[in-house]
Amino acid sequence: MTTIQVFDPALCCSTGVCGVEVDQQLVGFSADVDWAKQNGADIQRFNLAQEPLVFAENTVVKSFLERSGAEALPLILIDGEVALAGRYPNRAELARWCAITLIADKVKSSCCSGSSC
Amino acid sequence: MSDYTFLLQPPRFLFFTGKGGVGKTSIASATAISLAEAGYQVLLVSTDPASNVAQVFGITIGNQITPIASVPGLAALEIDPQAAAQAYRDRIVGPVRGVLPDAVVKGIEEQLSGACTTEIAAFDEFTALLTDSALTAGYQHIIFDTAPTGHTIRLLQLPGAWSGFLDEGKGDASCLGPLAGLEKQRSQYKAAVEALADPQRSRLILVARAQLATLREVARTHEELAAIGLSQQYLVVNGILPVAEAAQDSLAAAICQREQQALNTIPEVLKALPCDFIELKPFNLVGLDALRHLLLIATPIIGDDTVVTKTIEAPSLSKLVDEIANDGHGLVMLMGKGGVGKTTLAAAIAVELAQRGLPVHLTTSDPAAHLSETLNGALEHLMVSRIDPHVETERYRLQVLEAKAANLDARGLALLEEDLRSPCTEEIAVFQAFSRVIREAGKKFVIMDTAPTGHTLLLLDATGAYHREMSRQMAGSSAHYLTPMMQLQDAKQTKVLLVTLAETTPVLEAANLQADLRRAGIEPWAWVINNSIAATTVYSPLLRQRADNEHHEIERVATIHAHRYAVVPLLKEEPVGVERLLELSVDSH
Repeated sequence: MTTIQVFDPALCCSTGVCGVEVDQQLVGFSADVDWAKQNGADIQRFNLAQEPLVFAENTVVKSFLERSGAEALPLILIDGEVALAGRYPNRAELARWCAITLIADKVKSSCCSGSSC
Repeated sequence: MSDYTFLLQPPRFLFFTGKGGVGKTSIASATAISLAEAGYQVLLVSTDPASNVAQVFGITIGNQITPIASVPGLAALEIDPQAAAQAYRDRIVGPVRGVLPDAVVKGIEEQLSGACTTEIAAFDEFTALLTDSALTAGYQHIIFDTAPTGHTIRLLQLPGAWSGFLDEGKGDASCLGPLAGLEKQRSQYKAAVEALADPQRSRLILVARAQLATLREVARTHEELAAIGLSQQYLVVNGILPVAEAAQDSLAAAICQREQQALNTIPEVLKALPCDFIELKPFNLVGLDALRHLLLIATPIIGDDTVVTKTIEAPSLSKLVDEIANDGHGLVMLMGKGGVGKTTLAAAIAVELAQRGLPVHLTTSDPAAHLSETLNGALEHLMVSRIDPHVETERYRLQVLEAKAANLDARGLALLEEDLRSPCTEEIAVFQAFSRVIREAGKKFVIMDTAPTGHTLLLLDATGAYHREMSRQMAGSSAHYLTPMMQLQDAKQTKVLLVTLAETTPVLEAANLQADLRRAGIEPWAWVINNSIAATTVYSPLLRQRADNEHHEIERVATIHAHRYAVVPLLKEEPVGVERLLELSVDSH
């Protein structure tokens, strides 16, 4: 089974409360992750501020941080290989990676998972 | 023993709470001595950053239970919340230091350097004392010179907190994030919170001064903690100037009148509490004898008529204003703990500058709004605006909830709502509002009575959110822009003034703020010591003693902490209105 690992930037408040603006992208992504998990996807998330050791022990992530810095996060690995960096995947991408069949209306409602579209 | 009600039939745990400098540690120490001398086994726990507990008893205490030889039955323990937070950070960051790039490690550390981390780490230290029977079995009374905040306790009471964060070690919770790295089990935190909320076991003693602002703050603490279940609360008003002193000189008379007035208009919610009044003592609260006398109702006046009050040779506020005025424009931010007089001093500086014909925008978050109202339209070059922290926080809260609530279940929502009650939230919300005004500082003077902490600035800067926010707002305009962080770091554009009082704890708290700002690359420009008695002429022996005690603190500020400083005298009348505000700046002698 495909394993998706999401390496989040250091957020003391993943709710976004500590930020100046609420990160809509993050809000939408959290919901998409829940959705994908309910559909059987294997997704793990790691927060740099809480589990830095996981970042350090993964050579792909570690060299990514050395090259591009924490500003370039998030980093998404699929079965250990870089799949995406610098932004969160949308629901359609998650579905494709996990081979979840999307029902048409779900795709529609998820295109930007929030009020932005 | 004395007749103070807060000492009658004390339960096992006594917590003293109140803002820095009201005398919590002294009263807690005196209580501990008094109970030990009545034959009980007593443990005194101090978290005071300026802890003079060790000094009082003449031994080194530190982070382990240490018997006090000079008081049979008494032992003491010092908890340093900063050190506890550091130990927690080290546990998380230690293993990756030198492994991940330095900049990344620094970013993680900043995330873990907020007030929340310190609070939760300190609470973690408490848990053992409230629950570990082996450690504390021998003590009939355990006395704390602090109490956990309502925010911390509420977070721990939320069921969502446990299911999300502590059980699985990961989740979406935020302010509880720090707990993920702590070692204790859910049952222990739960037991600690239960002990706190049990009136049979815990008593909370609110310590205040006879000042309107402090009493209001204490009323808020009372309501917040009562709502959580800490129902057994007492009020102690400390340091009241004895009415007899009023005959000695006019300043003493004015202080007496002001204090009595504050006590007469004590907030309604506090009136129902058992209340004690402790008079100002003519002696320094250092040493065993002094502490024993603190709780004696009839204090022998050890007042020394031969005390010679040195006249201080300290620079006045107008000297600082001279320097500020030279630049013609710029941002001036006053920073300091609540109750030190930031709003008043911001107004005094604004009035001084406007009086010299310079364009000034004074913007305050003064909850009373009184000051801004009296100044608006009072001077030709002065514009006054007010930012209501409550309104700004509420707006921010709604904005976050609107964006996030839809995706959360009931437990997640409860956690998010609690996060939004954290101290950081208000600070960020208010600073957002202020940052809109900051931009005016290129053309005129902008004087503010608040500033973000270094931690907040670093967080905002680290996430880059601010830069994005600013770029978006400036989009379409060709003007090159500065982020607030860059503007605050530039000494040519921004002057940060740290406001404090000439007392041990307030000076220490200001020094901590300074260290926090330096972390963010901001160097405070000056210190202002407010409400100084040493800068006045007094004849009352009690006030002269107080004035003498101030010299040491003023000396420390002048020689250790500040690049430049000013001392502002305590005035007879509340400095409201242009005339009295101008009085604050003039030379004291």
